[in-house]
Amino acid sequence: MVRVEFLGPIQKDALEVEISNLNELAAILQEDKELTEWLQNSAVAVNDTIVNSLDVALKDGDKISLLPPVCGG
Amino acid sequence: MLSLYDGALDVPKILKEWYEEEAQSNYGAYIPFVGTVRSEDGIDGLSFDIYEPILESWFDTWQQKAKEKGAIIKMAHSRGDVLLHESSYISAVFSPKRRVALEFIDEFVEDFKASAPIWKYDLKDGQRIYAKDRSTAIKGSGILGAKQ
Repeated sequence: MVRVEFLGPIQKDALEVEISNLNELAAILQEDKELTEWLQNSAVAVNDTIVNSLDVALKDGDKISLLPPVCGG
Repeated sequence: MLSLYDGALDVPKILKEWYEEEAQSNYGAYIPFVGTVRSEDGIDGLSFDIYEPILESWFDTWQQKAKEKGAIIKMAHSRGDVLLHESSYISAVFSPKRRVALEFIDEFVEDFKASAPIWKYDLKDGQRIYAKDRSTAIKGSGILGAKQ
């Protein structure tokens, strides 16, 4: 299982999903209309490292985080 | 050094601590930046969420860049609520000569605004409202939204 966490203002509980890559995750999350805008503007981290492509293989126990637009300070 | 605090920062205390920590380190320049919550648009204050694992790795990368210039950076940020005229953010660069610190603090704070995983909310009429219009998408955002 892969755990998916939605950070900051995305009001959604974490998910546990059976997937082996980020393309599969994209397909699952795109089904959720409430996430449409967040998927367009959020960065994605795998095990706390931001990735720039969906070509990432996933294994059991991996953690994915969605990071919406930021504004520190 | 990265320090996170619940609520507003005690600015004089933090600046003094940082000064004293490096007083004997032979740095010629200490350039702090202090961010203070201003009264605007009827807000009562700001509130912050932080994702610490990525904030720490982001900060470590900048500390390494500073080290390559013979400098160090320190940063403090608030979690939770910070009211008007209180401070939520301090960063500082110490370097042997002023030019490095002046340029580095500018570069560092700009990337902080664009990349550090911190989310800001306006406190207004008892509500906590995400400051969406003032927020910046992190580089590389949107990959999960692209049509397959």
